[in-house]
Amino acid sequence: MKVALFIPCYVDALSPDVGTASWKLLRHLGVDVSYPENQTCCGQPMANGGFERKAIPLARKFEERFKGYDYVVTPSVSCPAFIKEHYPHLLGESHTCEAAEHTVDIVTFLHDILKVHEPLGRFPYRVSLHNSCHGVRVLGLSAPSEKNIQPYNKMADLLSLVEGIEVVEPERKDECCGFGGFFSMEERAVSKRMGTDKLRRHINTGAQYVTGPDASCLMHLKGIARGMGADIKFKHIVEILSAGL
Amino acid sequence: MSKQHKDKAREFLQNDSYATWHDQTFWGVRAKRDTMAGNLPEWETLREKASQIKRHTLSHLDRYLDEFSRNAERNGAVVHWASDAAEFNETVLGILKGHGVRKMVKSKSMLTEECEMNPFLEAHGIEVVETDLGERIIQLGRQKPSHIVMPAIHLNHDDVGELFEREGISHEKGNHDPVFLTQQARLSLRHEFLSAGAGMTGANFGVASTGDVVVCTNEGNADMSTSCPKLHIVAMGLEKLVPDYDCLAVFQRLLARSGTGQPTTTYTSHFRKARPGAAPMHIILVDNGRSTWLSDPEHWECLKCIRCGACMNTCPVYRRSGGYSYSYFIPGPIGVNLGMLRSPKEHAGNVAACTLCQSCQEVCPVKVNLAGQIYRWRQQLPAFGKANPTKRVLSDGMKMVFSHPLLYKTATGVLKPFHSRFKKLEK
Repeated sequence: MKVALFIPCYVDALSPDVGTASWKLLRHLGVDVSYPENQTCCGQPMANGGFERKAIPLARKFEERFKGYDYVVTPSVSCPAFIKEHYPHLLGESHTCEAAEHTVDIVTFLHDILKVHEPLGRFPYRVSLHNSCHGVRVLGLSAPSEKNIQPYNKMADLLSLVEGIEVVEPERKDECCGFGGFFSMEERAVSKRMGTDKLRRHINTGAQYVTGPDASCLMHLKGIARGMGADIKFKHIVEILSAGL
Repeated sequence: MSKQHKDKAREFLQNDSYATWHDQTFWGVRAKRDTMAGNLPEWETLREKASQIKRHTLSHLDRYLDEFSRNAERNGAVVHWASDAAEFNETVLGILKGHGVRKMVKSKSMLTEECEMNPFLEAHGIEVVETDLGERIIQLGRQKPSHIVMPAIHLNHDDVGELFEREGISHEKGNHDPVFLTQQARLSLRHEFLSAGAGMTGANFGVASTGDVVVCTNEGNADMSTSCPKLHIVAMGLEKLVPDYDCLAVFQRLLARSGTGQPTTTYTSHFRKARPGAAPMHIILVDNGRSTWLSDPEHWECLKCIRCGACMNTCPVYRRSGGYSYSYFIPGPIGVNLGMLRSPKEHAGNVAACTLCQSCQEVCPVKVNLAGQIYRWRQQLPAFGKANPTKRVLSDGMKMVFSHPLLYKTATGVLKPFHSRFKKLEK
């Protein structure tokens, strides 16, 4: 099984440790992983902002760059959600969209494809789990609270393999944190309010850390926490799964 | 340029305690809805069925409209067709004039709001009295609904108490007890029911196989509006049809559970024909853009909407910005979409009011792809001349940088990005 690691632009530039942790974790699990050069962005930011045509050249490059791998694994949820939902129509209907079929977020990869059951890292803290919208409602990482289906949570399943950890969820467990890409710029007041409300609920769990499958939600909450002077800390889920490995 | 959603939202959020109350109130409705949904093991199947029934009915609408109108006429109703708001309003006026009606009571109808019927009739000397308590409150306060199911939810009991005192509905100054105020409203409405020459209802559903009109209320005001006056007029959008009673049952189980978290509305009234001694029932079927929207491959699904309001209640942006921050009279996710169908130029400012969290389409009892459509509208803004210039420039910049890895590496180099650390990591 040949796996490519896709480190999206914002992870690459703003949360490089998440890239490092992903690489280490996949290697630790014996995955034949490589990191193709010249990766940039999947095109999601401009598309969600209303300029999806500007994402087309990026989608084409993505297809080329990640050709020939069994899986393209990424420590993000909104990027693979975008690729799966929109690449097929952006790249044209006659084309079989390899990227859409092969791209998978790292939680799904570890939980459903590798089916990891062995003990992972050690992280002796109380951690509040941030159920990112696109992870929950597009990629199915946990049962959306709106639905009447059997509850499950793939992130919590994986975190249970970490020694010493106590995982909790905030009240309104999958309400949006208010990031939303351009939304946070354009609707600044609502975005900030949503972030503040979300962060308070995370803090109210008594957790020392917030974790989640997407660095963009965590980055937004981190900014809010800094503004509030809250001392809660943030770790991407791969950083916790690989802690101490 | 008028204020956009983001500006009004910022103002809304300046009153912190009110914003908190607003968010918690609607989250409370969402939570009740979740409990109701959780009580029915077949919930997700019902949603799928409802979605399919709407899809089927809307894609065979000509047939069902024909069947409905034939059956309604066979029952003795008079069926009118209105292509737009103006024709609808004229039709109502014509019927009222024909019966010498000076005052009409009405139950809740978003369609009459859409057609701005009340001001039209009032300009022609007809008094219109809203009888749904929330609608009555905002009518007296000369306001617009801030939510489609709970139109006066933005007001508290003191606001209502003072309004009732001003309007002579309540005569006990300072008594703002909700039970007392409701009682006063009932007493005043009794008089209106008895003195009105006509009663109008909306329609939650029209049953094609029988020609019946089904109206769901919690206050029984639709029944009072149709039982006291001798003339009943129904205002109904073309999209309200369901094929038959088996299909109706599916929606009946979803509507109140989704909208207010009740197993059913207190009253579900089925109207087939006028009572003995009354004038024939008039049903006005209104298009007002719907047939055009039906042919829009990207946005026709909005016509599946049954106006339960669940998408507003769950929307984290609606809860934190309120109904009045949207430019269209229907707020929240469905309102963003319906506003764009109505007039993209006027309502483009609402399209940014969404994080694409998709909670709306997960609660929607008929599975309208609300967030998916908002995403589509955003793509269409440049064609309407409504693209945000800053976002356009930033998107151009991103496209440029991200299309050229070297440029990207240079631009991000200072941040010590992952790609620059990778060589070391690989060793």
